[in-house]
Amino acid sequence: MKIIKIDKNDWTRGIDKSRETYQLFGPVTDSGQSIFKQLDKNAYPEMGGTNSVMSPKSVLFPQTEKILAASLDASMENHHIMQRPAADYSRRAVIGIRPYDAKAVRLVKLNFDTADYRDPYWCDAHGATTFVGLAVNQPSAVDFSISMGSGPFGEEGLDVLLVDLEDHYLAKVLTPKGGAYLSDAGFDAAAETDASLTTIETMQLAAEAAITTTVPTDRLQEKALLDLHGAPFWEDLAFTCINCGTCTFVCPTCWCFDIQDETKGKSTSRFRNWDTCMSPLFTLHGSGHNPRGKKTQRVRQRFMHKLKYFLDKYDQGTMCVGCGRCVEKCPVNIDIRSICSTMNAYDPKDVA
Amino acid sequence: MNNYTKNIRKISSNLLEDGRVDLVLGFKRGTLPMASVPGIARTPEEAQGFVWDTNCRLNLANYITDQKEKIGIIAKGCDSRNIVNHIMENKIPRDQVYIIGVPCTGMVDKNRIRALLDDEIKEFKEEGEVILIRGAGQERVLDKEAYLRDNCKICTHRNPVIHDDLVGALVKEQKIEDPFRDVAAIEAMEGEERWNHFEGLLSNCIRCYACRNACPLCYCPACFVDESKPQWIGKGQDPTDIRTFHFLRAYHCAGRCTDCGACEEACPMDIQVRDFTRKLVKDSFEIYGWEPGLTLDRRPPLETFKPEDSDKFIK
Ligand code: SF4
Ligand code: SF4
Ligand code: SF4
Ligand code: SF4
Repeated sequence: MKIIKIDKNDWTRGIDKSRETYQLFGPVTDSGQSIFKQLDKNAYPEMGGTNSVMSPKSVLFPQTEKILAASLDASMENHHIMQRPAADYSRRAVIGIRPYDAKAVRLVKLNFDTADYRDPYWCDAHGATTFVGLAVNQPSAVDFSISMGSGPFGEEGLDVLLVDLEDHYLAKVLTPKGGAYLSDAGFDAAAETDASLTTIETMQLAAEAAITTTVPTDRLQEKALLDLHGAPFWEDLAFTCINCGTCTFVCPTCWCFDIQDETKGKSTSRFRNWDTCMSPLFTLHGSGHNPRGKKTQRVRQRFMHKLKYFLDKYDQGTMCVGCGRCVEKCPVNIDIRSICSTMNAYDPKDVA
Repeated sequence: MNNYTKNIRKISSNLLEDGRVDLVLGFKRGTLPMASVPGIARTPEEAQGFVWDTNCRLNLANYITDQKEKIGIIAKGCDSRNIVNHIMENKIPRDQVYIIGVPCTGMVDKNRIRALLDDEIKEFKEEGEVILIRGAGQERVLDKEAYLRDNCKICTHRNPVIHDDLVGALVKEQKIEDPFRDVAAIEAMEGEERWNHFEGLLSNCIRCYACRNACPLCYCPACFVDESKPQWIGKGQDPTDIRTFHFLRAYHCAGRCTDCGACEEACPMDIQVRDFTRKLVKDSFEIYGWEPGLTLDRRPPLETFKPEDSDKFIK
């Protein structure tokens, strides 16, 4: 394991140097909100902040992405033929991504990069990206990432893990991609490995101890799917949900999208936009039939997908990394932590 | 426990006990500090979970649209006006709601309070008109009145305008010198400045529609933004489409918006969406002398015609 020491006085210089070979993305404050964005030439990732409102999933999966385009001008070559527009897939680095969000990228990959289908947009973006993570020293009150198989110092999905030690970072080089980024940034002061690992471990233990919320998930897999589906608690759980898309839009693992065609003058484009299972439109069929026409069905879908279907299908844990964004941002405070506990504890025998 | 909470629990459980309603809509303690969130009670025991404090910012009238059950509903001044709207617009018959009125002294602005501490608020306590917030190693005592939401600061209908019961004595209504100062400030901007004001407002909008879905007025079975046959606007993040959503939604609220602030409360990006509706609140007041939801005895101006109606706005 190689560990690099980065003096904070060298930080901006290194970031600037890396701009020569990478497009940079990171958390910035925009109209008072912390969101992940491509960094302007003179913008720096805001490293110290708390959980960003919007997760970094948009770096690989923008809320609106043009996927095909065609000219309708008959005098043009290839008119009326939809083609993938040119896009910039040169090297990019996401600086300051949190471990749970990096884990989320791994989970999203299970959907966009499979043996049968390979989403070219997501995969090309993913292949181009280096993830330079920042360990969470002070977890927020809604962080339950440990329960969901990640954690404040989790390394899954990261190429580098930075650990903030006030006047310097210790950078754990986790992959060759990570090493390449650090060297392009000119961060090359090797730290003494054993001592650094001990320091990091101490900090990791302290951060983990600061997360007091535990959400049990151990029994989700053994439950019969239809038992959970037919459980009596959904109706009341769903009553206050206003069916906005907030929980799904802020979620780093929600991957659903909708396809839209837009024509303007002599050009036409096909876009994909984030979609949300909370909207009745999500499942509205062309026939007018809607298999999830009721709010309760939609609320159940969101939690069943994250906490049951996904587990059963992939055997890779929950499709929630415990970032806490939906807990914080749901206007009516529908809390996945308590719903997960309810599902985990549910036994149809208790009801009958 | 404050008296409002005590009375809300008592009135609600009596109603449920006597079978006069099927359920009561109220506020329950959420899982985060400063989260008092909508909840329902179907039994007197469940009604013991109701609370009242200065974080009951959402509008419960949002949940009574087209309901078939008999509903008890906790309503502060603005909520009661939305219930009046609902009755006028045939979204629920008067005798299907039992309105438990709450004379209100305002709800606090959670964002301004959060900004006071360097880190997260771990505890929020309210004693009368005084608030105590506590974070890791920090503590502040606040005068509630100084931290009211913008809409509560200028509210002149704190007492429920319609009710079947009350949880406390009526409160004194505020006299507001110049209630539309905020709108006037935007009106006074030059074209480009005003444009930029609204552009800045919407720069973070993610089109989650929480603002729309939290609003009791937005009950259309198919909102114009969701329709696909025909499709009125694009669904992506094109700024024109985002603007169109907000402009049109605001117009659909003209003469109906009670300035309850639920839209702003729901927005995950803290966008001040009332900047759109406030102008229409002002116009309906100045042009028609109309404040929505005050009475069941007069039809709203936008559905009636009078020869003497002002037409000054037609240019
Ligand atoms: S759970 Fe909350 S955030 Fe999600 S759709 Fe319902 S109200 Fe909106
Ligand atoms: S479900 Fe909620 S807590 Fe879990 S990853 Fe998504 S936003 Fe985070
Ligand atoms: S637009 Fe906003 S302030 Fe007006 S009634 Fe709807 S939620 Fe309330
Ligand atoms: S709630 Fe906020 S972010 Fe969502 S659509 Fe409304 S203004 Fe936009």
